[in-house]
Amino acid sequence: MLVLLAAHLGVAAAIPWWARRLGRTVWMVAAVLPLATVAWASVSAGRVLDGGAYQESLSWAPRLGLAVALRLDALSLLMLWVVAGVGALVLLYCRYYVERDAGRMAALLLAFAGTMSGLVLADNLFVLYVFWELTTIASFLLIAGRGETAEQRRAARQALLVTAAGGLVMLLGFVVLGQEAGTYRLSTILVDPPRGGLVPVAVVLVLVGAFAKSAQLPLHGWLPAAMVAPTPVSAYLHAAAMVKAGVYLVARLAPALAEVDPWRPMVLGVGLATMVLAAWRALRATDLKLLLAYGTVSELGLLTAVLGIGTRTGALAGAAMLLAHAAFKAALFLSAGIVEHQTGTRDIRQLTGLGRRLPVLFGATALATASMAGLPPLLGYLGKEAVLEAFWHGTVPGNINHLTTAVLVLGFALTVAYAARFLHGAFGGPPGRPTGAPRRPQVGFVAPVAVLAGAGLVLGAGYAGTATVANAYAEGYPAGPQGSYALSLWHGFTPVLGLSALSLILGGLLHAVRRHTLAAAATVPRLPDVQGGYDRAVAGVDRLAVAVTRHTQVGSLPVYLTVLLATVVLVPGAALAAAAPSLGSPPLWWSPAEPLLAVVVVTAAAAVVAARHRLTGILLAGAVGYGVAGVFLVRGAPGLALTQFLVETMTLVVVVLVLRRMPARFVHGRTLPRARLLRVAVAGAVGVLVTCFALATSAARTAPAVSSGYVRRVAETGAHNVVNAIVVDFRALDTLGEISVLLVAAVGVVSLVRNHSHKGAADGGSGEGRRGIFPTAHWDEPRQTWLPGADERPGGERSVLLEVATRLLFPSILVLSLFLLFSGHHHPGGGFSGGLVAGQAFVLRYLVGGRADLGVAVPLPAGAVAGGGLLLAAGIGLLPPILGGVPLESAVVTWHLPVVGAVKFATSLFFDVGVYLLVVGVTLKLLSAVGVSLGDAPAGALGADREEEGSR
Amino acid sequence: MNSALGTTANTLDVTMALAVGALFAVGFYLMMQRSLMRIVLGFVLLGHGTNLLLLVAGGTPGPPPVVEGKTPHPEVADPLPQAMALTSIVITFGLTAFLTALAYRSWRLSRHDEVRDDVEDRRIGTAQERAETADDTGRIPGDAAARAEGRQ
Repeated sequence: MLVLLAAHLGVAAAIPWWARRLGRTVWMVAAVLPLATVAWASVSAGRVLDGGAYQESLSWAPRLGLAVALRLDALSLLMLWVVAGVGALVLLYCRYYVERDAGRMAALLLAFAGTMSGLVLADNLFVLYVFWELTTIASFLLIAGRGETAEQRRAARQALLVTAAGGLVMLLGFVVLGQEAGTYRLSTILVDPPRGGLVPVAVVLVLVGAFAKSAQLPLHGWLPAAMVAPTPVSAYLHAAAMVKAGVYLVARLAPALAEVDPWRPMVLGVGLATMVLAAWRALRATDLKLLLAYGTVSELGLLTAVLGIGTRTGALAGAAMLLAHAAFKAALFLSAGIVEHQTGTRDIRQLTGLGRRLPVLFGATALATASMAGLPPLLGYLGKEAVLEAFWHGTVPGNINHLTTAVLVLGFALTVAYAARFLHGAFGGPPGRPTGAPRRPQVGFVAPVAVLAGAGLVLGAGYAGTATVANAYAEGYPAGPQGSYALSLWHGFTPVLGLSALSLILGGLLHAVRRHTLAAAATVPRLPDVQGGYDRAVAGVDRLAVAVTRHTQVGSLPVYLTVLLATVVLVPGAALAAAAPSLGSPPLWWSPAEPLLAVVVVTAAAAVVAARHRLTGILLAGAVGYGVAGVFLVRGAPGLALTQFLVETMTLVVVVLVLRRMPARFVHGRTLPRARLLRVAVAGAVGVLVTCFALATSAARTAPAVSSGYVRRVAETGAHNVVNAIVVDFRALDTLGEISVLLVAAVGVVSLVRNHSHKGAADGGSGEGRRGIFPTAHWDEPRQTWLPGADERPGGERSVLLEVATRLLFPSILVLSLFLLFSGHHHPGGGFSGGLVAGQAFVLRYLVGGRADLGVAVPLPAGAVAGGGLLLAAGIGLLPPILGGVPLESAVVTWHLPVVGAVKFATSLFFDVGVYLLVVGVTLKLLSAVGVSLGDAPAGALGADREEEGSR
Repeated sequence: MNSALGTTANTLDVTMALAVGALFAVGFYLMMQRSLMRIVLGFVLLGHGTNLLLLVAGGTPGPPPVVEGKTPHPEVADPLPQAMALTSIVITFGLTAFLTALAYRSWRLSRHDEVRDDVEDRRIGTAQERAETADDTGRIPGDAAARAEGRQ
């Protein structure tokens, strides 16, 4: 089975290529696989009909208990014959029908045949669902074609939306059902059906999915709309196979779930209502395909009802009727296709007298129509008798038997009437008025119609064979109260025979007085238009989506942020308030210095808000940073304070360098006072929330801090500074990630700033003019070379004081940085602080001596330094595993050097050196980026600003 | 084990909690402005607030966690929040530099130090009306045919 399904999909994928080579022969190739399926099913039939089953399973996700489980039993066999048999005939028919784009259509039809076979073979609810939705997709693609007309696109979309939405509902039902049953295996559920609990809910959900797929009221609108698809597609998907999926599901689950409460009322109510109303609707159709489509909806309603009642007779009748419907409806669609292909129209009002011109087709079609009307000895009659029997003597509780039977007879009468209307409309009428001269269709074109129509005759007349298959399916039910019914053409003079005759007579009368019928129909108030309902629903969803988008996606960043923060305040804030945790008894302050620092920090922060100048804002933000560093110091984190000081300085330098070209003042916001008030309120609320949250968190500690272990074991790392030991040893992987982030950020800055370097160079050209603006002092212009690269700067920008100071300071700062690096293991400091100090030495060189001097100071490319640092750190981390240790492990090593004596160090020192190099490299990279591209001289920027402001 | 690293409630004092809250409030207020530079400044303040929160809420304060000799000082500050805050400070630096460069780039491209409303977002709101005016000719398939028949 798995092989067959895989072959379908494989061949379908290859067909578009073959279609170009083979032309029309490709349809023959495509028909091979369905024929093989029919053959395989027939070979397997013996064992299946004896009550056995074929099973196959492919493990898919064993841990989730998912397996592609397939099972061939009697019902599957019946459906497989229908799917593959009709499929093969339709593909052969397409050889004559399809004029263009054959490859795509053949591939899709074959793929559909494969997925539909999979659907009827599936033994796992999820597998069934997957195939179910695959057939929906195939249907969508086949209806849409190449999507050339709006009508096609719209019909395809409707079919997809309705059936896929139904499928989702059904999936929900499957999940409920599977959970209640404890298994998702269909055969197990059937053997031991779940009861009680949520099973009624599952029943409703699953039935809704089945009704959507099988076009039951009120979800049937997509099926008539889908008639824009080519006729073979309508015949195969929308008459014989795909729409039967819902019916199949009903038939499959009825033995297990028919007793669950909402099942019978739903299938009977919906099924019979659909049967009558759609048949009535078919009477008014003038388009042959539309007539057949409503006929199909009607028949599907009948099948749903009869297969759903859950009795043995019902199952027998349903199985026979299902076979009969597949054969005659496919035949009629194909016939309508030939009529359209040969005459160019399928409008009843234009077609006339075809019966005499195309006698063979007429004969075959008449046979199929007779089966639809339920004339003996055809299969349709066999099914109809059984259906009437099932309802007349059915086990449906209460007095509803007579009512349902009456409805049924009415439905059959209408069926007879529209069957007559179809035959008369397509082929009847006087031959006098020619509708063009139709060419005689080729034999191969009509053959599939004849075969399908003939099947109705053979299976009807040879009812014993049909009964065998139907019995095999119906065995799941106990015999009815009136004994076991058997499919037969003749049961003697029974009430059922009378009802059958009554429906024929009624139908014939309806057809005879059809003009009056239609006139009467015109006076009957029309039912609410389902199509209109669908349109309104879709338009409503569209409008809702647009309205939601318009109100939520306003495109304003401040609004988004306000909403986000308000959510933060409301949801976690409400949770915090609801939990009302104890805030403990926090001390007012830890040390007297804290309130002072807090005042500095808060004042500076508040001043940032009031700042009008960019530079003021940056400096004030820096002040906040220094204040925070002071807090770190007070609270026993000198290393952290050192790093914070250095980082703050570096941030200031970078931000000032980048921003010196932007306007000096902030843009004045046009914020409304109300909006500003809202922002203040939201931001204030977040602040209050964070304060409460912080207090609550720190009071909620229940376990001792993990770091006590670090303090105890710090001696193993050879370090005295526990923070440094954590950074380079205990949690070195964190540090590795962190320095990588730093490097990536630096690369990002470079790429963002440098992308316009050519433009920046062009802007630098204006530097010539601005020298006149600034009066230049020449008294401190250096006469000697203090910094090697500084000579390249114009004299007016140089200062001997600064250059001498830099010359003196630069080596000292570097030595300090090295000291911090190497002493970090024992005292506050470490790779970060050392690297930042060294970086600031280079900043000094850059600011005083310019870009060229920086180049002299560091002859290496910045990227190489940074990359080397990362490589060193990572390499040191990876060395231990090579030597048989754990990554990032370190050891304490003691060397005895001749002069120095014993040198004891930890190998994690090299990791810290890597960090140091990376930080230096990142600093250089940032400097090179913001320095090179932002104009050669900072003053130029100011000049440009002035020009800009002047022009405003 | 020493008491400082044990289960001590309230490692955080009221002053610091208020300072952290104030930094968050000011930071977020600035981030809700339209000026890109103010957003960057807001981010910087937010970073300060977060780093401070990490340290002050994470563990007990005390003498620096530097172990001299064999026995550690009984009440050293908790070193783990310090290490985490260290990481956080460095990352904040990287992000600040990146954001600044981003603001600069935006200014270079548009010559506006301002976050403008996203025009594309606004266009989505009017997409339906535009589509309807453009596609008025799309007919309704089965329905139109069915209605036509119903009338005859």
